[in-house]
Amino acid sequence: MPEPLALYIHWPFCLSKCPYCDFNSHVRETIPQERFSQALRTELAYQATRLNQTGRRLLGSIFFGGGTPSLMSPDTVAALINDAQRHFSCVNDLEITLEANPTSVEADKFKAFRQAGVNRLSLGVQSLRDDTLKSLGRQHNSHQAIEALELGRSIFPRLSFDLIYARPHQTMQDWQNELRQALDLAADHLSLYQLTIEPGTQFETLHQRGDLILPEDDLAAQLYLKTREEAARYGLESYEISNYAQPHAESRHNLTYWHYGDYLGIGPGAHSRLSLNSALLAARCHRAPEAWATLVEQHGHGTREELPLSSDIRGQEALLMGLRLRDGIQTDAFHTRTGKTLESCLDLDILNACIKEDYLLYDGQCLKATLEGRLRLEALLSRLVL
Amino acid sequence: MTDTPLSLIRNFSIIAHIDHGKSTLADRLIEACGALTAREMKGQVLDSMELEQERGITIKAQTVRLTYPAKDGKTYILNLMDTPGHVDFAYEVSRSLAACEGSLLVVDASQGVEAQTLANVYQAIEADHEIVPVLNKIDLPAAEPERVRKQIEDVIGIPADDTVDISAKTGINIEGVLDALVTRLPAPQGNAEAPLQALLVDSWYDSYLGVITLVRIKEGRVKRGDRIRMMQTGATYHVDQVGVFLPKMKTVDSLGPGEIGYINAAIKAVADCNVGDTITLDNRPAEKALPGFKPSVPVVWCGLFPINADDFEKLRTSLGKLRLNDASFHFEAETSAALGFGFRCGFLGLLHLEIIQERLSREFDLDLIATAPSVVYKLHHTNGKVEELHNPADMPELSQVASIEEPWIKASIMVQDDYLGPVLTLCTERRGVQLDLTYVGNRAMVVYRLPLNEVVFDFYDRLKSLSRGYASFDYQMDGYEESDLVRISILVNHEPVDALSFVAHRSAAETRGRSICSKLKELIPRQLFKIAIQASIGSKVIARETLGALSKDVTAKCYGGDISRKRKLLDKQKEGKKRMRQFGKVEIPQSAFLAALKMD
Repeated sequence: MPEPLALYIHWPFCLSKCPYCDFNSHVRETIPQERFSQALRTELAYQATRLNQTGRRLLGSIFFGGGTPSLMSPDTVAALINDAQRHFSCVNDLEITLEANPTSVEADKFKAFRQAGVNRLSLGVQSLRDDTLKSLGRQHNSHQAIEALELGRSIFPRLSFDLIYARPHQTMQDWQNELRQALDLAADHLSLYQLTIEPGTQFETLHQRGDLILPEDDLAAQLYLKTREEAARYGLESYEISNYAQPHAESRHNLTYWHYGDYLGIGPGAHSRLSLNSALLAARCHRAPEAWATLVEQHGHGTREELPLSSDIRGQEALLMGLRLRDGIQTDAFHTRTGKTLESCLDLDILNACIKEDYLLYDGQCLKATLEGRLRLEALLSRLVL
Repeated sequence: MTDTPLSLIRNFSIIAHIDHGKSTLADRLIEACGALTAREMKGQVLDSMELEQERGITIKAQTVRLTYPAKDGKTYILNLMDTPGHVDFAYEVSRSLAACEGSLLVVDASQGVEAQTLANVYQAIEADHEIVPVLNKIDLPAAEPERVRKQIEDVIGIPADDTVDISAKTGINIEGVLDALVTRLPAPQGNAEAPLQALLVDSWYDSYLGVITLVRIKEGRVKRGDRIRMMQTGATYHVDQVGVFLPKMKTVDSLGPGEIGYINAAIKAVADCNVGDTITLDNRPAEKALPGFKPSVPVVWCGLFPINADDFEKLRTSLGKLRLNDASFHFEAETSAALGFGFRCGFLGLLHLEIIQERLSREFDLDLIATAPSVVYKLHHTNGKVEELHNPADMPELSQVASIEEPWIKASIMVQDDYLGPVLTLCTERRGVQLDLTYVGNRAMVVYRLPLNEVVFDFYDRLKSLSRGYASFDYQMDGYEESDLVRISILVNHEPVDALSFVAHRSAAETRGRSICSKLKELIPRQLFKIAIQASIGSKVIARETLGALSKDVTAKCYGGDISRKRKLLDKQKEGKKRMRQFGKVEIPQSAFLAALKMD
């Protein structure tokens, strides 16, 4: 039984660009709400028709990401949710997540989003320290973040929020204090990211100039271990490198990515992995919002590139996603999805060395990275994966 | 132009320590004789290689023919052969000296005689040269001509009561030098009608003219249209042109006895011109060849590897081209597990090594890794075979070796007595044996026997820093001696890294092994697994460091939109690993080797 489809809807607009962020986000003086609402609905209808050719698909989750999807009009969110439910058959407890920023303007819309059908809120809190929020280019302060969190908890059945740590000059003690405060506020899920310098961002420029210095690896590793330990004390288990949840509160949508299941992305710059007519297609939409909308208006979809993936590439992708999970990769599912056996995708010498070093666990049914393995996953993958 | 009468020719070299003003004096002589216009004069005319001008040293011997109207009313031809001052280039010196009858010995009137001067003066004395001591920088307040004259007599052992005192820089008494050349040096001898005997002093490749040979005519005459014969190889060539250096090339009708000039004879390869060979005429050959030169023997070897493996062929071509102009340097192909394909190269000494390396990077635009210099060991195998070892990596198992001999040198070091203590300590640490210690004023001259092995390993740098740069150092080879030597292998993750293995005396093995291991620990980036870095003699580990595994390497975010980019990154990382050197499960970037080798 294949995993249900995950639907990702990208809203590409932000009020301002954050200096660390490399997501496909754009700042416009006025956002053409109507045009983008219509284009998203058109593209969704187009792709749904295509996917349903071989039978109506089962939908497991919807995720509104961005950009800043809390800038969408709640009517658009409602329309897209309705459309999706009309196009696909849905699992009983369809997970519908919306990303939001904790400014007061957006918090005012929480009730309307809930009424539209959103049942999980993901708040971009990033920090509970005002000076840090400023240096991260955020438009809210810690007071607003806490208010938005409390409001969100009272409105949505499920709530997650993001924090960024391992920031310049951050000490273990600083982070521990901030993290404990966050854990007191947490609901069922947290995403705790170490600051990463992404190409093309303002932080990259600062970093190259030596004006932004990240913690050394040893400290970063200690911060990571401390974060896990603290989260666990609050009942939030690390189920992926940077994601923590109460049992059964994992983000089902994101799990689809890590399980390397089918996902349909609509909106500017959105990516898809779709099984269709026994091929696995990798597709991506035009990144520029207006160009994407024009394409949709002309052709019904904004796809820029669509390619069937070879089994070798499928194997690589499934490995680099799956080993991020605490529970690792099931060999049977891997074989079904990629057309290759797990072992045929691995350097077996490195596999054995990693098992011996206690980086990997492998019993023939399941391959998973231990905590020590996940800490070094990039280095491990670059040697392990053929 | 007809041949110049022998009595009006003087052929001379200049011998001096670096910085004592040899090239400046040469410039003044050229200027005084009007060989170049003021516009053409640029500092140190004879040091034509870019590198020579920059470092203020002479690498290749150069020559110039000067015309000097002397006080006696006659006009003389003065042929100046410039010589390198450094001992590494003793071979070039001996060639220049063989072409001349006399030498100017230039000594800095404030610094006095330096170690490097000695070897060259002794060569000149051996070559039967008349030597005219010249005191330079006489205008400096620190000049002590009396003391230096005494030093010349005491240390070198030649009379110095009538030195020519000059300042090459300001031009004081250049006339005195020219006059001394004419009056104190002997005229060459020879018979223009005898069969041709021309000493092949040097040859080089000119991209317009092909191979040019620099010759000193001892007997007979050579002119355009002659058919010449190389007496060693028997090869014959048609002479296209003969000429002299003014220092610009100028053709002349013929070259006669006593003259120094060039022959251009459609020779294809410099390899066909053995320096030291005698050139004669094909139709009227001389009976006997002139005595040649001692062939140069490389005493220091190291591996040169292109940083970019694609440059291997370019390196081969470039080494070939360099050898055209520098017969004293040797190379043969070598393969290293750590560094790939390269060449094992032999040099006359450490400066020679450095110069070649620099010329390769500068003139041929090659980025190279050089392995640690090694000397030539004589291996006596248990089966009686004797073998020369140029590369420590080739050293067989100790059980197959009956004994090893290493080369020794006789080193002269001159140093202010303030720094004598540390210098003596250094020499003792390096297994040196003191032969002599004498004072001139407050400067000491010590003579030590030292294993060359100990000198190629950062001796010179230590000496310079111990003496604040004042010590001068020179050496001559002084035979081989049996010694308790061991090959130290460096192992990364239990695999030997051939490029880092070296030979050392057993007493120094542990210290040096430890120092290399700890350097490598700093240089090798942390990896997925922890790595042992070891130094061993045979199977016995004498030093060990452990490089811990990297502590964290994972990206924070990876969602549906990141997969394609992440996979491409993975491909790129795998590609990058191919460029690294694999040692079992460890990849070492070449930059780490480069740094490890540079630190010696």
